Amino acid sequence: MVAQRKMASTRQTYGETLLEMADSFPDLVVLGGDLNVSVFTHLWRDKYPERFFDFGPAEQNLVGVGAGLAASGKVPFVSTFSVFGVGRPFDQLRVLVSQPGLNFKLVCTHAGILTGEDGMSAHGIEDLSLICSLPSFTVISPADTVETVQAVKTAASEDGPFYIRLSRAATPVVHDDDYEFELGKAELMREGEDVTIVATGVMVSVSLDAAEMLEAQGLQARVLNVHTLKPVDEEAIIAAARETGAVVSAEEHYFHGGLGSIVAQVIGGNHPVPLEMVALQGYSESAKAEELMVKCGLTAEKVKEAALKAVSRKQ
Amino acid sequence: MSGGSAPGTGHTYSVPELQNIAKELRRDIIQTIYTAGSGHPGGSLSELEILIALYFRVMRYDPKNPGWPDRDRFVLSKGHASPGFYAVLSRAGFFPREELSTYRQLNSRIQGHAHPMTPGVEMNSGSLGMGLSFALGCALAARLDKKDYMVYALLGDGECDEGEIWEAAMSAAHHKATNLVAIVDRNRIQNDRFTDDVMALDPLDRKWRDFGWRVMETDGHDLDQLLATLEKARTRRTRPTAIIAHTVKGKGVSFMENNPGFHGRAPNAEEFQKAMEELA
Ligand SMILES: Cc1ncc(C[n+]2csc(CCOP(=O)(O)OP(=O)(O)O)c2C)c(N)n1
Ligand SMILES: [Mg+2]
Repeated sequence: MVAQRKMASTRQTYGETLLEMADSFPDLVVLGGDLNVSVFTHLWRDKYPERFFDFGPAEQNLVGVGAGLAASGKVPFVSTFSVFGVGRPFDQLRVLVSQPGLNFKLVCTHAGILTGEDGMSAHGIEDLSLICSLPSFTVISPADTVETVQAVKTAASEDGPFYIRLSRAATPVVHDDDYEFELGKAELMREGEDVTIVATGVMVSVSLDAAEMLEAQGLQARVLNVHTLKPVDEEAIIAAARETGAVVSAEEHYFHGGLGSIVAQVIGGNHPVPLEMVALQGYSESAKAEELMVKCGLTAEKVKEAALKAVSRKQ
Repeated sequence: MSGGSAPGTGHTYSVPELQNIAKELRRDIIQTIYTAGSGHPGGSLSELEILIALYFRVMRYDPKNPGWPDRDRFVLSKGHASPGFYAVLSRAGFFPREELSTYRQLNSRIQGHAHPMTPGVEMNSGSLGMGLSFALGCALAARLDKKDYMVYALLGDGECDEGEIWEAAMSAAHHKATNLVAIVDRNRIQNDRFTDDVMALDPLDRKWRDFGWRVMETDGHDLDQLLATLEKARTRRTRPTAIIAHTVKGKGVSFMENNPGFHGRAPNAEEFQKAMEELA
């Protein structure tokens, strides 16, 4: 019943996309923090060593230097794991990047619990909350590799600070190659009128599976891929609330300050309807990514249950 | 040793006995990482003799009472090298050896990066650069509590790229934390490559000295030298002490030695066999 999808690595796609942009963006420079093999910027490092700088594990310096490069007309792509790239240099991102609104691109991999065995200190479950709290940042959480390519190219083309959130694990591909990413516009992945599942990142694929399970129970679920968390597509979320009367948010992130909070703000302020949040409830542990997704309730079954609950709460 | 304030671990192992323990624990490290299918062998093998010297001769602690207030503290700042730490902790009696096979598995107390849910672990880790600050806090608490325990922090050399290490270094000298010993596992490799290619650190001894520390250097695998250096670090203390321990990343397994490829990857079945044969 549930679709079989090809698996592909968004971080590898990121490294390859950077290479593609080398000629069209002569000011593009890449900065790393001794995790270049893991974030696939070693491809760029080995091909364009003069446009690459490594700072070792020293993330405050990494972001600070990137800000200086951005202020000098370069387009820095700064990459490490989400926990190290957002948490550690948060004040540098706030003061040096966000407040002056520099043209600075932070692309972090190993977000969320999909980082698996490395355990809680390596699980970036707060990154969306932190980065969405920085007013100037545009925040993208791609659903798969197809979307990642276009998100990275969009970030390079648009002015201003961007954050792109990628995974360690290979994730299901939910888009065809001719998919057209539109910054700030939620993607309608499935039409439905009984309930809307608003998802981001890896939870888009999980939510599509949940929608199929709901269909088998006679419920039509709309599925929205909110790849751009900031600025969020308020119109699509309000329309979903109005037209389907119940909403579920689904994200691989802590339930405070991520997609669920954003959706709650939008519908609470415009068209209140029942909302159920599928998200992480706290810190996790070392284990295989798939096992953690089950233990933490980030499964199609749980999204389906949340949808049924949201529907049952309709007035 | 248990309960009261009796100093020492009760361990009187000779150096040849410690060397045998090292051999045994190298097998535990490889087995642990192989069973989990992931983990960090390189830095676990390079740190091993340092930990063995500390836990089987130098430090006083009570494995049956890990929170004993008078214990010497050990802080693993390079928390990814937990398999080496776990092998030592279980050998020292903090938890059963069988638990090593649960490393990185669901519902285990033996996390990917050292976490205080494991008996004997003082600090949560995995984000580099934090351990020396934490260790300084423990060292200052000893002064407030009028206790004479020592605090040892093990740092990676790549980890010394983090600015916080140097903030901690400056402040430890300023606050005269004479009971603080930082040990740098100087294996000259970090995550991606050799430290000289990622971020040159030399002259590392002068950096610590200029930050107000007493500096000692030792071969980090020679237990005689290590024990002598650690003993010296406990005496005539007027400043915090930094020990630069020259080590070989992946020590003991030929194809892991000095190989950046084994910073953070488990051996495959064939490599596992070969490693265990070499360590037999
Ligand atoms: C703040 C932070 N940035 C990056 C990393 C990723 N990382 C894990 S291990 C490592 C290299 C550490 O090298 P070193 O300190 O020399 O460790 P050792 O050689 O002893 O294993 C890096 C960069 C991290 N754990 N924490
Ligand atoms: Mg090293």
